[in-house]
Amino acid sequence: MAYDYEKSLRPGKLPHIWCPGCGHGIVMKGLIRAMDTCELDLKQTAIVSGIGCASRLPGYIDSCTLHTAHGRAAAFATGVKMAKPEMTVLVVSGDGDCTAIGGNHFIHACRRNIDMTYLIMNNNIYGMTGGQFSPCTPTGALASTTVYGNPDPTFDIAKLAIGAGATFVARGTAFHAAQIDKLIAEGIKHKGMAVIEILDDCPTTYGRRNKFRSVIDMMKRLKDIAVPVAAAAKMTPEQLEGKVLTGVLHKEDRPEYTEQYAKVIQRAQGL
Amino acid sequence: MAKKVALMQGNEACAQGALYAGCNFFAGYPITPSTEVAEVLSIELPKIGGTFIQMEDEIGATAALIGAALTGAKALDSTSGPGMSLKQELLGYACIAEVPCVIVNVQRGGPSTGMPTGPSQSDMQQAMWGTHGDHAAIVLTPASCQEIYEETVRAFNLAEKYRMPVQIQLDEICAHMRERVVFAEPGELEVINREVPTATPEEYKPYDSSKGLVPPLASFGSGYRFHVTGLNKAADGFPTTKAELVDAEERRQIDKVLLNQDDIQKNDEYLLDDAEVVIFAYGSTSRSARYAVNELRKEGVKAGLFRPLTMWPFPEKRVAELAAQAKAIICPEMNLGQMVREVERVAKGNCAVSHIGRVDGEPINPGQIIDKVKEV
Repeated sequence: MAYDYEKSLRPGKLPHIWCPGCGHGIVMKGLIRAMDTCELDLKQTAIVSGIGCASRLPGYIDSCTLHTAHGRAAAFATGVKMAKPEMTVLVVSGDGDCTAIGGNHFIHACRRNIDMTYLIMNNNIYGMTGGQFSPCTPTGALASTTVYGNPDPTFDIAKLAIGAGATFVARGTAFHAAQIDKLIAEGIKHKGMAVIEILDDCPTTYGRRNKFRSVIDMMKRLKDIAVPVAAAAKMTPEQLEGKVLTGVLHKEDRPEYTEQYAKVIQRAQGL
Repeated sequence: MAKKVALMQGNEACAQGALYAGCNFFAGYPITPSTEVAEVLSIELPKIGGTFIQMEDEIGATAALIGAALTGAKALDSTSGPGMSLKQELLGYACIAEVPCVIVNVQRGGPSTGMPTGPSQSDMQQAMWGTHGDHAAIVLTPASCQEIYEETVRAFNLAEKYRMPVQIQLDEICAHMRERVVFAEPGELEVINREVPTATPEEYKPYDSSKGLVPPLASFGSGYRFHVTGLNKAADGFPTTKAELVDAEERRQIDKVLLNQDDIQKNDEYLLDDAEVVIFAYGSTSRSARYAVNELRKEGVKAGLFRPLTMWPFPEKRVAELAAQAKAIICPEMNLGQMVREVERVAKGNCAVSHIGRVDGEPINPGQIIDKVKEV
């Protein structure tokens, strides 16, 4: 029997705003399946987002949803989680939202290892504002503000998250749809800051400019560059050139922030 | 039992007032001269099971403030001039999303880094117009440590009652001077808590104004599921660009302040009944002004003091009355002409309006005010 997504969706809020061929819908379905797998109580779940195409996702899911300001989702989510640690807090973000304007909040949420699941839909571009380059646009790629080719080096979100202290870091792609929900579910179950990057596609503002003639071309790119961690272990550096590792990239145990703060309260109260 | 009395700074009195009001969440980023508010609450909040978090920057602090407030917390953030500038975007968010919270701005000298330890009253227009878009603002300007304590309670009350951000504007002198503060007993000062919805979770709409200008706000995690956004929204909280809905919501957010001014306004009046010269002063400057009024009265000059505790919305009605009654209104302030603009606007030429401005990091002294009064 087909999976019933509607039980988690808000009645009357579809169709969504995403363009035909955008991978965000695939990610949203993965998120819904993951929330279901984890048996989340939607009344006790907050989904927080910043600004951009990806950040419209919370509006469609029937939980406590907070669509905030550009780049600030992690900080809003920190306030929600600190004030009500019993809630499950999920953040959805785009690559520009997370790594450019939101970079500071993102790395500090990782550093604190606060218990939230931070989902980044990395489509390598600012979609909603019309295709300007982001910190995750490949060097040399074309964008509306890099018509001569992007001179900027790109961020590796997973490395950034690991370096900043996130205790669960995973990567998937919108092509490998079946894997998305497993990675997100594992992130939700993880106690601490879980970062899940999903390589995504924006046919409208990235694909058109960068010689991807169809959505299928963009999806093929995701299929071709993704290498599961286990497979990568057996590959040479030459074979891994231009590839991106997928799966769970990092997992460690470290004290979680709201639990640490609960200890502060105990000390202050002399308990 | 005798009341608890303590000698404390204005910033410390602010923190204590917040605790009295039921503040259980603080997010901030250290900046002189506001840091004692954070320091006191970092000690006191965990004792009552509340939360203190020092965020990575001022913007993050205001974001965390709003997130916490949406879970039902009474949330406070303190900062100073440049930090307040950083918070402005999210102040606008709290306005449109109608999230109750309190932000203290201890004003310091100069633009940018200016004089971090110098007093100033130069964020007065920023308090009203700093954020973007059409919006209302409630800004309080207490002048003594006792008043800071009590006005912080009132700030929380107004935030919860009108479901919006409320700012407290201090100046460095008020923030750092030490005075006797008498703590209020429980029940002595009014403490207003947020109105919670009576609608069922299925029926609840976070911006349903059919029963009044301030719709009840449910808390995240309390059984209600709803959407909050910084976009213009309809009654159900979801974005809309429908002209009539956007217009109605924008106007309601402003009307809830403008139509309740009598409740929000609070002023202190001293010897105004027969005053021919009115001194319009606030914060630490109003204390010099009170001294000046007393000296002038000794010399037979009919001077009086008008001291707004609610600076925004501007006390238009009363200032207009005073402009009709007095020969002159004098506005001393530690800036080069911010609130005097409002006095002039409201006076409409009915009396002379003059300004005493000082931006050298020194307070305005009574002598300066007395000289000005004699000049006009």
